[in-house]
Amino acid sequence: MSVAAIRLTPTDNVAVCCRTVEPGEQILVDGHALTVTERVALGHKLAVVPLATGDKVIKYGMPIGSMTHDAPAGGWVHMHNMQSDYIPAHLRDAHGDHA
Amino acid sequence: MTLGMNTGLTERSWQAWARPDGRKGIRDAIVVVYLVECAHHVARRIVDRMDDPRVQLIGFPGCYPNDYALAMMKALTTHPNVGGVVLLSLGCESFNREALAANAREQGRPVETIVIQQSGGTRGAMEAGIAAVERVRAAADAQAVRVPMTMSELVIGTICGGSDGTSGITGNPAVGRAFDTLYDAGAICIFEETGEMIGCEGHMAERAATPEVAQDLIASVAQAERYYRAMGYGSFAPGNAEGGLSSQEEKSAGAYAKSGSRPITGVILPAEQAPGPGLYLLDVVPAGDPKFGFPNIVDNAEIGELIACGAHINLFVTGRGSVVGSAISPVIKVAANPEMYARMEGDMDVNAGRILYGDATLDEVGAEIVDLIVAVSGGAQTKSEALGHQEFVLTYKAAGAKGPGCLPNAA
Repeated sequence: MSVAAIRLTPTDNVAVCCRTVEPGEQILVDGHALTVTERVALGHKLAVVPLATGDKVIKYGMPIGSMTHDAPAGGWVHMHNMQSDYIPAHLRDAHGDHA
Repeated sequence: MTLGMNTGLTERSWQAWARPDGRKGIRDAIVVVYLVECAHHVARRIVDRMDDPRVQLIGFPGCYPNDYALAMMKALTTHPNVGGVVLLSLGCESFNREALAANAREQGRPVETIVIQQSGGTRGAMEAGIAAVERVRAAADAQAVRVPMTMSELVIGTICGGSDGTSGITGNPAVGRAFDTLYDAGAICIFEETGEMIGCEGHMAERAATPEVAQDLIASVAQAERYYRAMGYGSFAPGNAEGGLSSQEEKSAGAYAKSGSRPITGVILPAEQAPGPGLYLLDVVPAGDPKFGFPNIVDNAEIGELIACGAHINLFVTGRGSVVGSAISPVIKVAANPEMYARMEGDMDVNAGRILYGDATLDEVGAEIVDLIVAVSGGAQTKSEALGHQEFVLTYKAAGAKGPGCLPNAA
């Protein structure tokens, strides 16, 4: 049976969803019992611990950017609350909420 | 070269085409090359009317000369998977068709050149072109020398496109396992691209075979960051974000997994041949300030560069679901995302997404990829080949610069 989300290395503060998870769902990630706070799709990231603005987001054991807003444990971590430390990413205009 | 545990693999062999430079080909394509957009239609109609998957269209659209494009075309028309060449010129463009033809002829390829302005225009050039392709194909067949080939003689490239949050945890590390096996068997393995290694330069440098290579790796990624920053965009598409990737460095970390775990032997430039077995980073970003635009406008531009570096087969990991193949060298499509695989199975050669469901391990999928490389080398068609995909893109680029550690094994 598949797990809901996996943490790739023990130092990561985010996990990758192996399927879409729904708000209120209780999942276990690497020993952390998490309550999912919003819908997160396959391939997207969940906070394993509460993350604060300015925190480095750690995945594969390496920083993949910094938080621009807080996220609770079990919350979705993506471009609405984190950004690259290198080059700004871009979205299609249709998604319009990204500067 | 290190011989690994999979020594049995090195004994597997298949029939290949021997080429005068000592390399061996796993296909025997006849390429019809338009040398300017003005000759594209005639070249395409010739290929369409031949209706032979072996007769393939490649070309360059611009009228102005470009050293990079000439070097790329010289490498492509003498690629071991190419058995013959027909050039289509309008007549007044700048592309040095004489130099290109002479280079291919020196490498033993039958070559013919059709100049539209000297062949009665569209209709005349089309008829002359078809006759030329038939002669070149017959000449290639007449001189074909078939020889056994093994994994140690392969050049394998890897690329990821349409990446999502699954690419870096299924398809890319599975290709990394396959790369480790190929490396151990003495093959040449090439991964790309510098713009998608941003954030990984420190780790790459630790894997460098020599301190010079470490310097080159760091310098080439620094140049990539500088170049992409000046262009205003990283190598990060909206679909990457929809698939769960949030930053260039997150995409990079996933892309980097394709390179496996072996030492990095060197850095090579487009159209440059690796000097010996090992693992190489293809530096796709030109030196200096941006010129002519993005380093590679789309995945097939990069696939073309890997082929120009001698790649017999390219392993293409995709999460969102790319459908492309390529002219000249087969593309093996590795699906990273199991939901995408279910939607697009007809385009995918390998389902690495099942790793996510716990139905396979990275090692199992890596071994499956190696088996497929052997089968495709022996003539089995990839999904994209069977579907007729023969994409090709070549545009203007400034030539790259090379550091001291680029070719540590050069004789």
